[in-house]
Amino acid sequence: MGGLLGLVTGRSSAKDTVWQIDPQKCVRCGNCAIHCVLEQSAVKCVHSYALCGYCQLCTGYFEPEPNDLNTGAENCLCPTSAIKRTYIEDPYYEYTIDERLCIGCAKCVEGCTRFGNGSLFLQVRHDRCLNCNECAIAKVCAGDAFRRVPADQPYLLKTDTH
Amino acid sequence: MKVEGRKQKAEGAGLARVVALWAALLLFPLSADVSLAEQRFPPPDFEGGHQLPITTTPPARALALEFLDIGVLAVFLGLATWLVYRRRSRKGVMALSLLSLLYFGFWRDGCICAIGSLQNVALTLCDRSYVLPLGVLAFFVLPLAVAIFAGRTFCAAVCPHGALQDLVLIKPLKVPVWLEEALSVLPFVYLGAGVLFAATGSAFIICQYDPFVPIFRLSGRTLMVLSGAGLVGLGMFVGRPYCRFLCPYGALLKLAATVAKWRVRVTPDSCTQCRLCEASCPFGAMREPQAAPGAQTLARDRRRLAWLLLLLPILLAGGGWLGSRFGAPASRLHPTVSLADQFIRAQGSPPKLDALTPDELALERARQTPKEILTAAATIQRRFGIGGWFFGAWIGLVVGVKLISLSVRRQRADYEPDRGACFACARCFEFCPNERVRRGAKPVAAPAAGMTGVSNPQGLGRS
Repeated sequence: MGGLLGLVTGRSSAKDTVWQIDPQKCVRCGNCAIHCVLEQSAVKCVHSYALCGYCQLCTGYFEPEPNDLNTGAENCLCPTSAIKRTYIEDPYYEYTIDERLCIGCAKCVEGCTRFGNGSLFLQVRHDRCLNCNECAIAKVCAGDAFRRVPADQPYLLKTDTH
Repeated sequence: MKVEGRKQKAEGAGLARVVALWAALLLFPLSADVSLAEQRFPPPDFEGGHQLPITTTPPARALALEFLDIGVLAVFLGLATWLVYRRRSRKGVMALSLLSLLYFGFWRDGCICAIGSLQNVALTLCDRSYVLPLGVLAFFVLPLAVAIFAGRTFCAAVCPHGALQDLVLIKPLKVPVWLEEALSVLPFVYLGAGVLFAATGSAFIICQYDPFVPIFRLSGRTLMVLSGAGLVGLGMFVGRPYCRFLCPYGALLKLAATVAKWRVRVTPDSCTQCRLCEASCPFGAMREPQAAPGAQTLARDRRRLAWLLLLLPILLAGGGWLGSRFGAPASRLHPTVSLADQFIRAQGSPPKLDALTPDELALERARQTPKEILTAAATIQRRFGIGGWFFGAWIGLVVGVKLISLSVRRQRADYEPDRGACFACARCFEFCPNERVRRGAKPVAAPAAGMTGVSNPQGLGRS
């Protein structure tokens, strides 16, 4: 018993761990939106602005063949209008995520990753995450992208495209 | 892909971007590996000096708060032990369990908890790469350490699961002894299964199928919400159904409590054998006095014990054999094994170009690195093979030991709570006439219809 306890203690760390998505492994399957134990998922889309091309025709924002490049709902990918499109200067537009509306469905992430710079990606937001002992999304993650990371560095932000 | 006219003026760049984008759409079929592409659209140089917003990163729960949890656990454990053994106060225990329910249950959303922590410990022992957070270790060790000295005071007032069930208990019915004894094997089986799945890295089934966490969080899967509601409903009439017949950590505490230094003694003085304490215990933990057996019974008991001891190795071996057969199907609960299974089944079919559903995407991932997935799955299946043996043998051992413990008679002069089964809830104290005399209160009136009212003693309710 003492030996076991010693072994376990030896492998323990004062630092806590939290769940996070490795954006390089994420396959944008949409499980994050539906499998979180929270009513509205703790996974949200985040934006690494430094990677963004500020495209006028953002493939994360617009449907594949939009009728028009405007903010009309029929042109937009996001089912909850959580992406705000702001004009910066010709021809650049800035895309910001309204986290209150984002449901983590990864539709924009898919568009941005496949055809754009991949500056949009999913992350577990730790102001919402309950840090369940076993993450319900991690269990069903199609890309095996979830892992425990140290709680003092709880994000795996993209610094490089793709 | 390079966009033409990188340094061009804005208008030209905009047009080029649109063109490049459509080229990208055409050139890259959906199935293409896009990771080859680099920075398709270079970040712009803003002429107006636009500042890039910063990606926000809300911090995780502060480490200090994790230590606060450990502190609260330690204080509550100490307080519970003091309330049960020193103050002998049911009211105090109830107040503390309400606090625990609010703090560990509704405030901490039922996570972190001691019940789930045993899986983390099992995983730590079997997986070198897994680092156990100190908080989880504390939640595993502290209640057990207290139980070795003072019995299950954790169950009494600190565990939110226990507190919830204890507080809803309004009209306890007596569970027949045979059923009680039979069902009391379940926690050990559940413990074995929980350890097996956690140690193989498959799933934390104890957390996944926790019936009360959806209540604490006020949301959850339909099945678990319903089972939680069902158990709370059942808990109104059957004392602590989860603690007695399911809780795997309770099984560990039970073992620890059997060797406890201090245990609950109903009477502060001498027992008058009024049986009021037996009637007061809603958990069937009170054991009646037992005289020394006669020579004939003793001989029969010894024979029976000898047979059971002979049976034990057979149970172990039989259980192990059955368990090893259970290993293979159980391993499919591991996501990697089930993915490898799907991959082998789909090997003949051509790769799906427009994989969209999670299953299809996972399968495409397996197609890209088939060797890794298959090796990983084989390793896990091997572990399950060994784990299955242990699990089966463990069940055999549990059943064998249960049979032996049923056939062993313990001499008792007075009514005493069973060390392992007693939750130290402090109900019986208030019913003991001697205890009431000690407190200077009148003894409680005996139930009107003699002892027929054992299952429903007067005033048992929530006092």
